[in-house]
Amino acid sequence: MTGKMAIVGDGDSITVFKAAGVDSFPAENEAKAKEVLRRVAKDYQIIFLTEELARPLSEFLKRFDEEPYPVVLSIPSKNGSTGYGDEMLKSAMERALGVDILFNN
Amino acid sequence: MARLNVNPTRMELKKLKARLSTAERGHKLLKDKSDEMVRRFSAIIKENKRMRDEVEKELSKTLKQFSVARSVTPSYSAEAAFAMPSTALKVECATESVMGVDVPKIKLESGKRAEGLPYAYSEITSEADFSVIQAAALLPKMVELAATEKAVRMLAEEIERNKRRVNALEYVMIPQLQETIKYIKSKLDENERAAVVRLMKVKSKA
Repeated sequence: MTGKMAIVGDGDSITVFKAAGVDSFPAENEAKAKEVLRRVAKDYQIIFLTEELARPLSEFLKRFDEEPYPVVLSIPSKNGSTGYGDEMLKSAMERALGVDILFNN
Repeated sequence: MARLNVNPTRMELKKLKARLSTAERGHKLLKDKSDEMVRRFSAIIKENKRMRDEVEKELSKTLKQFSVARSVTPSYSAEAAFAMPSTALKVECATESVMGVDVPKIKLESGKRAEGLPYAYSEITSEADFSVIQAAALLPKMVELAATEKAVRMLAEEIERNKRRVNALEYVMIPQLQETIKYIKSKLDENERAAVVRLMKVKSKA
């Protein structure tokens, strides 16, 4: 199966990916991002989402964890990483293993 | 532990014994599955962490560079340069089964990308070209990370679910069945003793 990639985020962070060949959808706040995601999730298999938008939407994003596709990946925006990705990893690890094997703190 | 509400008959005893042996076998299988999933999970999550660190570092660098490059160009010309859509990249999507969980397996389709950049070189500085190329080079890694991270989340969910099943069997189902079997056995024994005593009484009167 062939799929498409999309990126959702604020203007500056996504332009560079637009030029690199990823369909970009600007969203400046979480309400807009939610609406865009709903629309985009039907047609795109991989969706990159900036951390600033992923953090407030983490509850909403859980629904994408049931099926293999679409895949939503949070990426740092132009302001740098906020540590959201590590937090998600940590919570998955705690749920599955009950112990910390990565961060050691 | 509460026992099940059944009649103390031989039929029920037989049925319950069959259920108990099934439950024990199921419990063992699920426990083995859980162990193996945890083993795979720890390998995948370590890989995931390594990839994420790498991608985050490079991506932050690229995006910062791009912001700088963009800020030195007048915004209208930058917007004009990036308004043109480039050739959309395609990805190859498949699924892979890890311990019975379908996780995505994605590969970037290479060779589809048109050479060059989707804007005129005169429109924007070379720093921006550079960051676009860097971002494009980063994409295969990002795609791989996306698949791995999804696998981690799906596996975590499945491990949790499986753990709940194992515990339900180990701490609820199996003790309940054992207790009920014990109860029926004692009840049947008691009936038997009562019958013997009755017979003895009848005999002694005659």
